[in-house]
Amino acid sequence: MILVYVDHDRGVLDELSLQAIAAARGIDADVQAVLIGVDAVALAPRLGEFGVATAHVGVHEGLTDYAPMAAGRAVSQLAERLQPTAVLAAGSPRGNEVLAHASAIVNEPFAADCTSITLGDGVSEVTRYRWAGNVFEQARVHAPMLYATTALHVFAADPQSGSAPAAIVEFAPDLTPADLAVRVLERTGGGGGGVSLAEAKVVVSGGRGVGESGFGPLEELAELLGGTVGCSRVVTSAGWRPHAEQVGQTGTKVAPDLYIAIGISGATQHIAGCKNAKTMIAINSDPDATIMSFADYAVIGDAATVMPAIVEAVRAAKG
Amino acid sequence: MNVAVCIKRVPLSPGRWSLTADGTAIDTSGSAMGWTLSPHEECATEAAVQLIEADGGEVTAFSLGTADSTEQIRELMAVGVSRGVLLETGADEWDPQATAAALASAIRDDATQYDMVIVGTESADTSGYQVGVRIAHALGWPIVTNVKGLTVTGGVARCERVVGTDREVYEVSLPAVIAVKDGVNIPRYPSVPGRIKARKKPIDTLAPTAAPARLEKVTLALPPQETGTATVLGTGPEAAPRVVEILKEIGVLA
Repeated sequence: MILVYVDHDRGVLDELSLQAIAAARGIDADVQAVLIGVDAVALAPRLGEFGVATAHVGVHEGLTDYAPMAAGRAVSQLAERLQPTAVLAAGSPRGNEVLAHASAIVNEPFAADCTSITLGDGVSEVTRYRWAGNVFEQARVHAPMLYATTALHVFAADPQSGSAPAAIVEFAPDLTPADLAVRVLERTGGGGGGVSLAEAKVVVSGGRGVGESGFGPLEELAELLGGTVGCSRVVTSAGWRPHAEQVGQTGTKVAPDLYIAIGISGATQHIAGCKNAKTMIAINSDPDATIMSFADYAVIGDAATVMPAIVEAVRAAKG
Repeated sequence: MNVAVCIKRVPLSPGRWSLTADGTAIDTSGSAMGWTLSPHEECATEAAVQLIEADGGEVTAFSLGTADSTEQIRELMAVGVSRGVLLETGADEWDPQATAAALASAIRDDATQYDMVIVGTESADTSGYQVGVRIAHALGWPIVTNVKGLTVTGGVARCERVVGTDREVYEVSLPAVIAVKDGVNIPRYPSVPGRIKARKKPIDTLAPTAAPARLEKVTLALPPQETGTATVLGTGPEAAPRVVEILKEIGVLA
């Protein structure tokens, strides 16, 4: 059996965790889920659609919002009791964090961002990302139970037809006040315009070539296409745009239907964050920019003249 | 307040990647290649220096790696780190558990008592997402990771992290470990006087021993290189109608 940690937030199941479930089912048909917090009781039955027969929900009076140390403690305790062959999660900030805690608590190794996993008796083989996916590492994990996360957007969520809702089994983790001290106390809107960068279907992203005052047409195009604005590290380092918009290895990794890279040369660290886009259009005055070997389509030209024309044409097409 | 930062010497991320002949490391022999700090850790150090500038105290940089890591420790001494502790290893990489265990005991056993340890959420090269968490558990301290905003008042660290378009707020009492992300601040550049002062600051060297790796690197590989060529839709503003056609074709424009 493989146990998969499934995240949820504000009454919504985490779609990335469904990718980890699909990866787990590729290894073992017997996949159970673990979710933390009483809110999950209402959400977890839906995991049946993805082939999960049983979902364990850790319930504790102190668990009122995301609490990474407590979640790691609860997951490790459940894993010690159920003895799965592996504990997996999505390689998201939360998935990596909870599994880092769980594995640290039981002093077992942890392999983050795996693209393939082969379980063995005491030694598992994994392929995992280094350099945010620019380099692959083949590694052996020496442990009786594998703790690992799956690299984002490598595995696709795999709905099963005609499946029953997952059965909910509540459990009571043994948590200390110290575990519960690290938890979300409040939550404030970040003013990103409503569409989250990580989940946007369209990302209109600008780099150095857009210039500090050139982001207006990018914002207009993002709005017309129901997407959001992103940018490169150069742009946030220069203070032109907020860090929350940065796409790349040290920013947000995105996998939209469409990524438009404007005035972005295509540094390794940027490509690491956008290479999973389904379609990429590059707009750049340099036809030999690195971004051109990753893009599907290109427009050669200066953002300052090309972008207003595209905004105009899209506006006209929408009528 | 005394703050420990944990920093790592990593290869400069190149435009084109290549590996050593035995496939176990990034090839850093090319003339354009060099070494640098993991970006999150530049920000970790800047955060630590800002805290002691406000409250007094000292920042110590701990680094586990080869003797060459003193180059990165000196860089940070030029921007406000007072002392370095090198946990010197051979050329072989240590796994995250061994790394965290050695760093945690060096911090615990140091003559200075620390109120805070600041690390990067993950290193640029091995991208393991766990050394800070393991240090926190070894020290028995709380940790907040992915931190994009940090203030310390009255022995409490208020941390912000970004979730979608929202910001989450956490508060932990010191001592605590804080794992920051690039963007929590904009690291300062070293000044010339800073560089001169850095030369005279002390670096202690420890010689820890590693347990056998339980996350054991076997080999590295590069993903298939993108050799694709973008289909050019046109040059300049005249390309706009073709862009609209493509947007319709892929279904993002009705």
